[in-house]
Amino acid sequence: MKIGIPKECHPGENRVAATPASVGKLIKLGHTVVVETGAGDAAKYHDDAYREAGAEIAANARDLWSEAEFILKVRGPTYNKEADLDETSLVKDNSYLLSFLWPAQNPELLETLASKNVSAFSIDALPRISRAQKMDALSAMGNIAGYRAVVEASNRFGRFFTGQVTAAGKVPPAKVMVIGAGVAGLAAIGAARSMGAIVRAFDTRLEVKEQVESMGADFLELDFEEDGSGSGGYAKQMSKEFIEAEMALFMEQAKEVDIIITTALIPGKPAPRLITADMVRAMKPGGVVVDLAAEQGGNCELTQPGEVAVENGVSIVGYTDLPSRMASVSSDLYATNLWHLLGELTPEKDGEIKVNMEDTVIRGVTVTHEGKVTWPAPQPEKPAPKPAQPKAAAQPAGAEAESGKSGTKAFWKGALLVATAAALYGIGAYAPTSFLSHFTVFVLACFVGWQVIWNVTASLHTPLMSVTNAISGIIVIGAILHLAQAQNLVIGILAFFAVLIACINIGGGFRVTYRMLKMFHR
Amino acid sequence: MSQGLITVAYVAASVLFILSLGGLSHQETARRGNVYGIAGILIAIAATMAGMGAGWMMTLVAIAIGGAIGIVIANKVEMTQMPQLVALLHSFVGLAAVLVGFAGFVEPLVETHGAEHTIKLVEVFVGIFIGAVTFTGSLIACGKLDGRIASKALTLPGRHLMNLIIIAACIGLGGWFLTTDSTVEGLMALAIMTALAAILGIHLIMAIGGADMPVVVSMLNSYSGWAASAIGFMLGNDLLIVTGALVGSSGAILSYIMCKAMNRSFVSVILGGFGQTSSSSAAVDGDLTIQETSIDEVADELRNADSVIIAPGYGMAVAQAQNAVSEITQYLRKRGTNVRFAIHPVAGRLPGHMNVLLAEAHVPYDIVLEMDEINEDFPETDVVLVIGANDTVNPSAAEDPGSPIAGMPVLEVWKARQVVVLKRGMSAGYSGVENPLFFKENTHMLFGDAHESTSRLLSNLTSGD
Repeated sequence: MKIGIPKECHPGENRVAATPASVGKLIKLGHTVVVETGAGDAAKYHDDAYREAGAEIAANARDLWSEAEFILKVRGPTYNKEADLDETSLVKDNSYLLSFLWPAQNPELLETLASKNVSAFSIDALPRISRAQKMDALSAMGNIAGYRAVVEASNRFGRFFTGQVTAAGKVPPAKVMVIGAGVAGLAAIGAARSMGAIVRAFDTRLEVKEQVESMGADFLELDFEEDGSGSGGYAKQMSKEFIEAEMALFMEQAKEVDIIITTALIPGKPAPRLITADMVRAMKPGGVVVDLAAEQGGNCELTQPGEVAVENGVSIVGYTDLPSRMASVSSDLYATNLWHLLGELTPEKDGEIKVNMEDTVIRGVTVTHEGKVTWPAPQPEKPAPKPAQPKAAAQPAGAEAESGKSGTKAFWKGALLVATAAALYGIGAYAPTSFLSHFTVFVLACFVGWQVIWNVTASLHTPLMSVTNAISGIIVIGAILHLAQAQNLVIGILAFFAVLIACINIGGGFRVTYRMLKMFHR
Repeated sequence: MSQGLITVAYVAASVLFILSLGGLSHQETARRGNVYGIAGILIAIAATMAGMGAGWMMTLVAIAIGGAIGIVIANKVEMTQMPQLVALLHSFVGLAAVLVGFAGFVEPLVETHGAEHTIKLVEVFVGIFIGAVTFTGSLIACGKLDGRIASKALTLPGRHLMNLIIIAACIGLGGWFLTTDSTVEGLMALAIMTALAAILGIHLIMAIGGADMPVVVSMLNSYSGWAASAIGFMLGNDLLIVTGALVGSSGAILSYIMCKAMNRSFVSVILGGFGQTSSSSAAVDGDLTIQETSIDEVADELRNADSVIIAPGYGMAVAQAQNAVSEITQYLRKRGTNVRFAIHPVAGRLPGHMNVLLAEAHVPYDIVLEMDEINEDFPETDVVLVIGANDTVNPSAAEDPGSPIAGMPVLEVWKARQVVVLKRGMSAGYSGVENPLFFKENTHMLFGDAHESTSRLLSNLTSGD
């Protein structure tokens, strides 16, 4: 199959859907590749490099689109005024197209493609399962966007990220709040942390707390019970009360932090409004808000997509092309994602495209096929069912028995308490004082033992046993006392023997403990 | 030496014992803890001997002989025989308690009257009872651990009733013992009770199977402490009381930890007979197949792995495979592989048994981790080697509510990418429960003696370079 790589015609788009390296790999899959001249220039990949990798170079867009049967792109087909180029009309009948298509936002485009009998694959519709991770372009781009967001923020922020104490005075570290701990959020946390900032992160999905903390940020928590995990690893929409509590938290944080990076998206819906104009005004002058959701309407009320707005000294960065601003690396990763997907589409590596609609991954990305719109795909299984679930199923059966058990347990506990109280009363009322003083010592010693032993590390339990064994040989004291005062020969022999075996214990116990402890080493 | 000085010496000894146990909380301070213990006991013996008028020679002779025997035994014992030795030493404390108890009854050191006298008699009685149970029970435990007595649980019909009758008889004898004024009658009551308690000790431990031994040994440890404490009450000696209480609570805590690790109540362990009544309930479907693997394949897996976890069990101790395992570990660590050990609390026959074996084989203790520390890491692990462990890695404990071991915390080895089980044959584990782990897709079985398999694995690995 002839694969075509056009130059992206969307203004400001620097990425390209294939790099010389990926072209080589595509050829190994049995395909031939044609690249529009200058397609990779903005990403620092020039025509010669593509030629070297084995690609043909097409002189212009029209040639390329008419020549290629399978188009790989970054953005979906668009209309470019300057070049007077409508890519949608260039799409050939019965061809293949793979790019970001955003099927939910572009129903007309899907209709057009279907009417041309085009098999279109939307990389953003990829199901989020482990097998598909290598093709997950959204994650790859999210990672880059998160990193770039921090770079943009530091560029606008007139201070250090890291705190310093210099001869010229003390500089406090920057405080960064990241909202939404998806791939982009986590990447932003990592980048900001490595520049030395103090980072906090918020996400409605409680399951990401660990990931946030593993990146070195503090996880901000609401005093509110609701988990926002939706299907497919995305967030869902939260209740009204939750959102109010969340807004209060953001207001409080806005007064304190220098930089806010928002990455909150809910699939198929406009981005949630999280940062109000009031919050921005509450921030210190010089602060920066980077809104990664700008393209979907923005998480911040003041965001102007594609622009930098300034309000009260606070910059609100609404760039929608952050991955494109790092075109070399984002093209690398994106091209690799596409190559992996083409690998799935060319199972025999013979250059023949097979659209296997039984395969979850391929079914997910295919948005038009054989003249029909096939989006949305039926929902795949939820990727991470909590391990607690099988337990829950078994719960109801056992629950009644459990409650009965706890009843008898409580009874026994009560009985024990009563018995203890009675025993203590008996001892106190009738026992002679000499016994009581010993009793006091005994009880206290039990508690000391209890406290001390809990601290013993599990790996030393065997030495603990042999030591306690040795010191329980202290019973030798009693035997010695008897031996010393023995009047009767039998008693003398008994006591002698008792001293002897107790000493076996002492000698053996300490010696073997010594041997064991000698072996423990780092 | 004045009584005051002796008391002060005893206080010092008690403090040293507490410090000794405290020292064991970390490997770094453990050796110091042992020294404290020795110092404590030496001070106590010296003070006692300084305070007495006669009998020096005999005492010294007994101490010298006993100490020498103990040290010789301790020097000779293999680390794999540690459980037997510990059990044997417990029996000595029990026997000593019995002997001192008898001596204390016939020739009391302190004259007592009235209520004090009655209390003393109770103390004698209780001390001898616990001592006798500890004595015979420990001997049986020792025999079972040594393989001289079949480790299977002996379940006589009506065994609970039998135990109850013995205990009731002992209480009855106690009543007789307290009311009689004649020394001869008292001695008779004591002797019969001792015999009964000895039988009880034998029977109790016979009914407990091999894998519950960690609990039994720690329980006997506890008993030996309580016996010492009871004798301390009898003699009116605070040092004995304190030491006995320390040892008693130590053993009790260990038993509790072990029981919790098996998700069983202390009572159910003590009553014994586990594993016999419950024949494998979750019968594994016949069409499941196991996948056998070879030394070469395992060696390849290990070479290519970034992270390896080794989960050893009693089988490793039996086969004496710890040295080969340790060398495999060293080899892999030199290659930069992250090798760690996962120790289930009841792996082996003694609390901490595996740790001691691995330490003997020079495995650094900081890569030997407890179940709770390492269980979360299995999903990110490339290869898990299960060596001679079965029930402690059984997924049905977590997945099958009908299983006899349901709810027991286990090492979640099956979450790793690849599991290799070294095992002699397909027999079920001690609990008699089938192990679905062996049938999982990512599990491979390497049959054979663990010692031989690990040695061959090691030579294959090292010859590969």
